[in-house]
Amino acid sequence: MRSITIGESIFSCQPDETVLETLLRENVQVPNGCRQGLCQACLMRSLDNSPPVSAQVGLKDTLQMQNYFLACICHPEQDMTVALPNQQGASIEAGVIKKQLLTPDIVQLVLEYQSPFNFFAGQFVNLKRSDGLTRSYSIANIPQHENILEFHIRRLPNGQFSSWVYDELELGEQLTLSEAQGSCHYLPGRAEQPLMLVGTGSGLAPLYGIIADALAQNHSGPIHLYHGSRDLNGLYFVDQMRELAAEVDNFYYTPCLSGQDIESDHVRSRAHDIALSSTESLNGWRVFLCGHPEMVNQTKKMAFMKGASMGDIYADAFHVMQVEK
Amino acid sequence: MSDSQSLYDQLGGEAAVNAAVDIFYRKVLADHRINRFFDNSDMEKQAAKQKAFLTMAFGGPNNYSGTDMRTAHAHLVKMGLNDSHFNAVMEHLGATLTELNVPAELIGKAAAIAESTRKDVLGK
Repeated sequence: MRSITIGESIFSCQPDETVLETLLRENVQVPNGCRQGLCQACLMRSLDNSPPVSAQVGLKDTLQMQNYFLACICHPEQDMTVALPNQQGASIEAGVIKKQLLTPDIVQLVLEYQSPFNFFAGQFVNLKRSDGLTRSYSIANIPQHENILEFHIRRLPNGQFSSWVYDELELGEQLTLSEAQGSCHYLPGRAEQPLMLVGTGSGLAPLYGIIADALAQNHSGPIHLYHGSRDLNGLYFVDQMRELAAEVDNFYYTPCLSGQDIESDHVRSRAHDIALSSTESLNGWRVFLCGHPEMVNQTKKMAFMKGASMGDIYADAFHVMQVEK
Repeated sequence: MSDSQSLYDQLGGEAAVNAAVDIFYRKVLADHRINRFFDNSDMEKQAAKQKAFLTMAFGGPNNYSGTDMRTAHAHLVKMGLNDSHFNAVMEHLGATLTELNVPAELIGKAAAIAESTRKDVLGK
């Protein structure tokens, strides 16, 4: 008989029982619906071993990679330690080693951690201040030997956390980090696929990491980045991106400004409008969308209607105050 | 036709559902008569529901009872969901299967299964 560990509890999974059946029998609250692996309401994550492949059918590839599975069709092949998607795993400490303004509105924050930490560029973590104030930010770099994490933090009007990062956070100070979360990241395979990445403001952070990841893994298809902002204060890394586009044959960069009355040589329109009108069809493309929630949700739908498969659209909408604890 | 093979198998099982779901969902979202019922900011969840619907219509494994169907669609009935909308969805189901070159006889069988949920879906 297999055991299932969730939180502090350990339960025995009876022969022929699914993980969902075991947990419900033990009165553990697990959301569920169709109970046949379709509606994905009972999505859970295995924290130790890989779940049976048959319990991951239909899940987004990035979620499969992170050992997510559907409890209603999971017959454990070994003992499992599991968690619901909103249950937090272990946290780590990291210290500030760099803080630099990228524009008057956006600061680059680099943290160094000591304990082992797994992540994909483009995922997000919850950063927690010593008094408990917590916000989610996307990781802008790929895993390296240096054990660092890079974030681009936009100062929000009345933003408690972002203002504190701007005005008070000092080099050497420690923050608590949740484990990396989210399914908006690059996966190897299908290297020839064209990629379209659209971001607004600090939505460039995850995209910057995803591009670095794709290039490090020898993505050979064209990679098109559209970075947009209303004004120049939201547009950054313009020189780096232009240099990268000059260096790398299959990388293309289009900075876009949507506001009026701005003196600049950037494309004058919204990034997602330019991106979507750049190609007849998105059939076969992989699409990454990060930043303003309205832009992300609208573009997701339009990209799908233009032929991108639902499984090939990766999105991260930056809701203000995603996490308040 | 042999009775030993289920409709689901004849249609091509899960692979056929996967091939159909994007096509079907695109048709539904593009249809101004009905897309307000499907407008959900979480498109992935919505697509998963379309997949569950197609699996059922294909005669595949499903555990939905008439009561489940009623409960799940009750809020849409409140929004005005009626026969004309159900007909539109039936249209898209047929068009999707035609686009995938499914033989007319099998399309008829799938349509009959979907049709059998009409009363529950519309809360009649």
